Amino acid sequence: MGEMLSSIGKRSVDELFADIPDNVKLKGLKGIPDGCSEVELKNGLASLSRKNAPAGSCVSFLGAGSCEHFMPSVVNHIISRSEFYTAYTPYQPEMSQGILQAIFEYQSMICDLTGMDAANASMYDGATALAEAVSASICHTGKKKVLISKAVHPNYRQVVRTYGEGFGWEILELDYDNTGVTDIKVFEKMLDDKVACVVLANPNFFGNIENIKVFTSAARSKGIMSIVSVDPISLGILKRPGDLGADIVTGEGQSLGLPRNFGGPCLGIFAVKKEYLRLMPGRIVGETIDKEGRRGYVLTLQAREQHIRREKASSNICSNEALCALAAAVYLAVMGKQGLREVANQCLQKANYLKEKISRIKGYSIAFKAPSFKEFVVKAPSAIGKINRMLAKKSIIGGLDLGQYYPEFKNHMLLCVTELTKKEGMDKLASLL
Amino acid sequence: MYPDGLKYSKEHEWVRIEGDTATIGITFHAQNELGDVVYVELPKVGSKFNAMAEFGVVESVKTVSTLYCPISGEVVEINGSLAKTPEAVNKDPYGTGWMIKVKIGNIADADKLLSVSEYKNLIGVK
Repeated sequence: MGEMLSSIGKRSVDELFADIPDNVKLKGLKGIPDGCSEVELKNGLASLSRKNAPAGSCVSFLGAGSCEHFMPSVVNHIISRSEFYTAYTPYQPEMSQGILQAIFEYQSMICDLTGMDAANASMYDGATALAEAVSASICHTGKKKVLISKAVHPNYRQVVRTYGEGFGWEILELDYDNTGVTDIKVFEKMLDDKVACVVLANPNFFGNIENIKVFTSAARSKGIMSIVSVDPISLGILKRPGDLGADIVTGEGQSLGLPRNFGGPCLGIFAVKKEYLRLMPGRIVGETIDKEGRRGYVLTLQAREQHIRREKASSNICSNEALCALAAAVYLAVMGKQGLREVANQCLQKANYLKEKISRIKGYSIAFKAPSFKEFVVKAPSAIGKINRMLAKKSIIGGLDLGQYYPEFKNHMLLCVTELTKKEGMDKLASLL
Repeated sequence: MYPDGLKYSKEHEWVRIEGDTATIGITFHAQNELGDVVYVELPKVGSKFNAMAEFGVVESVKTVSTLYCPISGEVVEINGSLAKTPEAVNKDPYGTGWMIKVKIGNIADADKLLSVSEYKNLIGVK
């Protein structure tokens, strides 16, 4: 080992982990001595883990891209089948018709949900799906300017910047107005023939509902592509971005039957209008017939991918989230149109109930006038960190400290309410604020 | 399979020159190597290209290949029927499989192209 280390110029194995911040590195387990038996070790670890408050044991109002939604037990039941769970890159059509069909169904449901013509077999997550959409629009238009709303998730914007760094994309941010949505007047001023795309989120990071149509219409008149990043749950009641003029729709599918899992694995949704079919990165499942005329499924349009097209491809992705896409497909099939509508409606009604309640608490106010879906921003009388620490002691996970991402929003909290949030939980929160 | 009266490029395009217009497509050899053509991406009418600049892309089941414009000029017509029947490139590469027509920019570019026999030599057929 010493030889291997010295040949790469390192003195210890620890040096290979230098990128990990020191304060998150494990420096031994407190209370667990070396050389203990399996039983002692298990007991020691169990008592350590009891110090945690797993999300399920708390009432949570934390969203900002990952939130707690209903996960029908049949989802886990199906994805746990070893044919699905253990298969790696199961795309050889001769023996993978099951998973290929399931992904085809997933793609079809995503098209239905978003109002788009074609969807791919998924990307890694909502953030990279968005960056890939930007990349595709730049490849297609040949232009380098990107106009992205400040109301798009800050982490998503950071990922877009990371993707664009090597390529020299010119990324400009669109301000939001005082009602809490992207400012159309700012957009109209920044429109020119050097812009490849405009990017919005709906609902946006503040939870507010954007006027998508007015942006897509203005963009179209200048040959600019419109990219909309969505919360698929919201599509249970909101108008579909495809019907509002979006050219590419991306989104995060974690809310479709996937647990939060410390932030992953996630599910990147990517769907396009017909004319952009060949721009779509990643894997696409297509329906075809075999030589005996029987319906079958295969990966298709693979010649666009970078393992064949090399430097001409708009993406280097060579994977997808098959198991997560399967989970989402099962979720959507189980919930159905009515179920999804009900989930979305409950999110909307419950969030508004909490919004109303908090607006009447002394010292608190609702930050934005715009209609919101399941998240909203409140202005608090003191630091959010302090409020959240107090709430944690009562087994409540408070909302996001918005000031950490938007310096103009010090003492503002982003709260998330879903169909799983109970009235008692919301009342308890309100009583403590 | 390699008609007389046409000029050929090293990148396997053929050119039919009629007055100041050139019709361009890909050769029998090219379509044979590509396999079943499923899509052809053509430029907009009015686009201008230098000799041997990329003018489009031909996609088959197994690969995507760049199309090079053998002669400089401005695109005056594109074969719109290829959108519905890309297989014409395989079935009739010199006829209904034509791709673009350009108004020739510099006729001297044609001197750099290959004759039938030179092209046959390049691809190793008699």
